[in-house]
Amino acid sequence: MNFLQYLINGISIGSVYAIIALGYTMVYGIANMLNFAHGDVIMIGAYMSYCATNYLGLHPLVGLVIAMAVCTVLGITIEALAYRPLRGVPSLAVLITAIGVSYFLQNAAQLIWGSAPKNYTSIVSMEPLKLFDGGLVITGEVIITIVASVVIMLALTLFTGKTKMGKAMRAVSEDRDAAQLMGIPVNRTISTTFAIGSALAAVAGVLLCSTVPTLMPTTGSMPGIRAFTAAVLGGIGSIPGAMLGGILLGIIETLSKAYISTQFSDAIVFTVLILVLLVKPAGLLGKTVQEKV
Amino acid sequence: MKKVLSMALAAALMAATFAGCAGGNSDSNTIKLGTSGPLTGSNAVYGNAVKNGMEIAIEELNAKGGLQFEQNAQDDEADSEKAVNAYNTLKDWGMHIMAGPTTTGCANAVAPECAADNMFMLTPSASGPDVIKAGDSVFQVCFSDPNLGLAAADYFAAHFSDAVIGVIYDSSDLYSAGVYSTFETEAKAKGLNVVCVEAFTSANKSDLSTQVTKCQAAGADLVFMPFYATEAAQVLTYADKIGYKPTFFGCDGMDGILATEGFDPKLAEGLVLLTPFAADADDEKTQNFVKKYIEKFDTVPNQFAADAYDVAYAIYEACTEAGVTPDMSSEEVCEKMVEQFTSMSFDGLTGSGMTWDASGAVSKVPMAVVIQNGEYVSAD
Repeated sequence: MNFLQYLINGISIGSVYAIIALGYTMVYGIANMLNFAHGDVIMIGAYMSYCATNYLGLHPLVGLVIAMAVCTVLGITIEALAYRPLRGVPSLAVLITAIGVSYFLQNAAQLIWGSAPKNYTSIVSMEPLKLFDGGLVITGEVIITIVASVVIMLALTLFTGKTKMGKAMRAVSEDRDAAQLMGIPVNRTISTTFAIGSALAAVAGVLLCSTVPTLMPTTGSMPGIRAFTAAVLGGIGSIPGAMLGGILLGIIETLSKAYISTQFSDAIVFTVLILVLLVKPAGLLGKTVQEKV
Repeated sequence: MKKVLSMALAAALMAATFAGCAGGNSDSNTIKLGTSGPLTGSNAVYGNAVKNGMEIAIEELNAKGGLQFEQNAQDDEADSEKAVNAYNTLKDWGMHIMAGPTTTGCANAVAPECAADNMFMLTPSASGPDVIKAGDSVFQVCFSDPNLGLAAADYFAAHFSDAVIGVIYDSSDLYSAGVYSTFETEAKAKGLNVVCVEAFTSANKSDLSTQVTKCQAAGADLVFMPFYATEAAQVLTYADKIGYKPTFFGCDGMDGILATEGFDPKLAEGLVLLTPFAADADDEKTQNFVKKYIEKFDTVPNQFAADAYDVAYAIYEACTEAGVTPDMSSEEVCEKMVEQFTSMSFDGLTGSGMTWDASGAVSKVPMAVVIQNGEYVSAD
């Protein structure tokens, strides 16, 4: 019975990682850059939703929509101001810029909302499901998070597979120059990618803080790094891979805490990551691209 | 355009550099108290509390018209290297007494410097046991971690002798791990029934559900949590969701929990804290301090702020008693302060009749408070 409880907790936190990892993986796949500020966009999303519900007294769902809208605008702005001018320069410069944006967002949040943590009220008002006389508890947040991550993954897969914009994204990801020659607006495509990724970050922020109530300017950074790990584990650039990687990471983390040691769970998680990458360097579902020299 | 922008940035940088020096030109009729703490970054809440608590005390003291004090709070981001840099900046400023640093890691780095320079150091909140071992001129106002672990074990033995105890602690945090390690030894010696010990680290504390579930599965009816309010809020929220209702027991780092914005006080109902300071205590001193703090900084002071307030007052009393004047060098001040501190008894916010021994450790009585109807009530 405890095993099931741990498994469900693992899937729950894993689904949050998965939603964050989807944002990482999309941006990496299409813009070919690691957006290290992604974790901080999550934090901004959570603060927006917190402010909308706690200060303006709006319904949590309205708060979620506001958070998504603000994060979308924020994502597009960051891309236009910080990353677009660096198109075509070595990727290291873009990476450093992304880290800079991350620090900027954290410090801006600290100036606006202060460094003291706020306690986020869960947006899910569902009563927990208690099975087997309370031996197994499934909270509303767990159900919503899992459902949300599956829906988002399916929607993204359909979007990139079927729509015109989605096809443009795939074309840009395969060969940016060729796509441009074919008349695909590369800048607009990348902006759209950032818009979608940042809207997802807002959803992830709201779900993360509903599960773990602490909200402070650094809230996004650790889950962000874990989700990045999940994206690499699943195969960065692959949408189902991000989902699989996130959930696997959550399960491995929780089960190693439960049955081996709470002290060494991180060591175990990252050992698994190293082993997987040794066997499959492109990640579980990643494509191995042969580079012609 | 780009050139103009970069010139402007360079000018701003220069201005910022010089602004940092401006503090050095102040008049020499004041006793200069230096302190450092994380004013930015993830631990900023503690550094700012120390800075603000001390600021209020200094305002009150200066209004009395006796010895005048001046504070200089540097940001060390809880990084020991930056703390040593901050200490050197403060020395250049002409500091008489080091009333910091805030965190144990930084204090461990700064204390040997103070000992070597014969600088009197009184830290409000760095509770690690090694801090005061650095030299004879290093003192603490807060409990040291081992003493707190000992006090908790004593308290359990006296009040919860037949409880089934679970422990959750932060193994990456010096404070939490320090309290736990003494508690572990003492609990064994006193025959307490500890059934499970679960840890987390700063890297994986975003999900504490497994630790709580493990305590529940082990049948613990008392959960000892020697860590801060932020993580405690997570534990209490999750325990409430799964309907797990043991007695939760925290230490002094957790006293800010009721002040956390958005936290539902119902979750903390029945939480017992072993702390020398509670913002809702009804003595006049505490109420006066809390009122001023809220007026000025718009938030309820925590333990760190109260400790810092006591630091300033203890220094004031010792200075007045010993006849310290602003024209003395820091070495002279240090000699007099060590003599005073080892012989005086001080009544502050965080305890009455506080005394210090030659090692620099404080002796005061920890108080157990329980949260009832969203307020702290004495547990005894």
